[in-house]
Amino acid sequence: MSPLGNLLRSSLGRKLIMALTGVVMVGFVVGHLVGNLQIFQSPDHLNGYAAFLHQLGPLLWVARIGLIVSVALHIWAATSLTLENKRARGNEPYAVKTWLRASLASRAVRWTGYIVLAFLIYHLAHFTLGVAGSDHFKSNLPTYTMQEDYRVAGFMVVKAGAVVADVHSMVILGFQSVAVSLFYIIAVGLLSFHLLHGIDSLFQTLGWRSTNWARVLRGVALAFCVIYFVGNLLIPGAVLTGAKGLRPGFSREAVKTTSVQR
Amino acid sequence: MVAEHSSKNFGITLRVWRQAGPTQPGRFVDYQSQDLNPNMSFLEMLDVVNDELTRKGEEPIAFAHDCREGICGTCACTINGKPHGPGKGVATCQVYMRAFRDGDVVTVEPFRAAAFPVIKDLVIDRSAFDRIQQAGGFITARAGSAPEANALPVPKPDADLAMDAAVCIGCGACVAACKNASAMLFVAAKVSHLGLMPQGQAERDRRVLAMVGVMDAEGFGNCTNQYECSAACPKLISHDFIARMNRDYFTASLRAAVKPASSGASGGA
Repeated sequence: MSPLGNLLRSSLGRKLIMALTGVVMVGFVVGHLVGNLQIFQSPDHLNGYAAFLHQLGPLLWVARIGLIVSVALHIWAATSLTLENKRARGNEPYAVKTWLRASLASRAVRWTGYIVLAFLIYHLAHFTLGVAGSDHFKSNLPTYTMQEDYRVAGFMVVKAGAVVADVHSMVILGFQSVAVSLFYIIAVGLLSFHLLHGIDSLFQTLGWRSTNWARVLRGVALAFCVIYFVGNLLIPGAVLTGAKGLRPGFSREAVKTTSVQR
Repeated sequence: MVAEHSSKNFGITLRVWRQAGPTQPGRFVDYQSQDLNPNMSFLEMLDVVNDELTRKGEEPIAFAHDCREGICGTCACTINGKPHGPGKGVATCQVYMRAFRDGDVVTVEPFRAAAFPVIKDLVIDRSAFDRIQQAGGFITARAGSAPEANALPVPKPDADLAMDAAVCIGCGACVAACKNASAMLFVAAKVSHLGLMPQGQAERDRRVLAMVGVMDAEGFGNCTNQYECSAACPKLISHDFIARMNRDYFTASLRAAVKPASSGASGGA
């Protein structure tokens, strides 16, 4: 077997796959959060951003396929490693089992993973595919006319006057449901908890962690997870508390009319 | 003043895993162990229990032991859920009865892992570790008298770090403590103590690739970075060595993939 084939089949190689796909996904969720926080600006921002992403065309699909492959590899590696671990432990369990130092985040990582996966499927059905909560899905809402130009890194990407999907209103309508918002908050909380072990672990797996700076790394991972969670909490939180309402000029009647027309 | 529990004799209930042979089913059996001197070692307590069992004509409890001073790595009991029992940085033989209280129920199990099958009672087969060692846990060098000490300079910090790994006694507590029965700490210690030395460089890549290969083939589990291993290690070997082995393994794999090998076209030198 070739050395690289060997690497990817070995225990350490599959852990490397866990770590690297984890890095890709952490990068994605950070970008996703930063992009979504534009909801606190005028509707031009989130709607322009969404229109910009769709304008990317094939590039958007490159990113999507990259993410799907990352998720699939992460789950595959986790599953095959976990099954081996169960086999390795043997048939006879310890009568007395104590934990010596394993963190709660590390012990819960498999379960937080399951719930995050369930949430991911719901989230795609909700805001990407429009299968869940289709009454407020962007294609069932009145379109939005850009008031100002939307620029990315100084480049004009969506002109004022362009007619785009009203993602801004879709998100707010989505989060006005208490059950939906709570599920989002819990799931993102668990994702943050998942990342607390994941981020710390990936440095160990890549061989970049050492006791000299393990405390700093732990602190940075914790700070990251708290900031990430609070950032995500802001969006449903602001909608639920009424701090972030629908844009002026948006009417619920318009939703009903367009829904009926379809 | 000496604390009462370290001067007064006491009794415990010993709950021991009894298994007649590798294929026989095992079960826990309770023994009342009375009049224990708190300053006797855990293994001496087992000796006393075994004396009584022998006198009564019963089969004594089989347990592995040799040096009884924490340097051979033979003793291997999981006591109350912790490999080697209460205390930090101790082997089973270094546990003293004063670590327990009168009336305690003390559960004693073998180190458990699919790769460490039980031979009898508390004795396990750790030859999987030997096979990992045989795959590369050595340096191929002239074995003669000790070389001149200054011929090959080794910086003191490197020597100290290598020694931190070389203190591994191969007891298997890391495997026993890991929820995945992973041997990563053992293999990492063996890979690193030679990998940190100039003498170990020539075979460094081959060593880590071969040892990890055998580790996987022996059916040990995979590391989930919970560091239970280093907490249970009687020599307190750091899981930093696991990170080091990961790095070594990845670079060795990449090098093995691209490094030119001799075609042997010249027919040898």
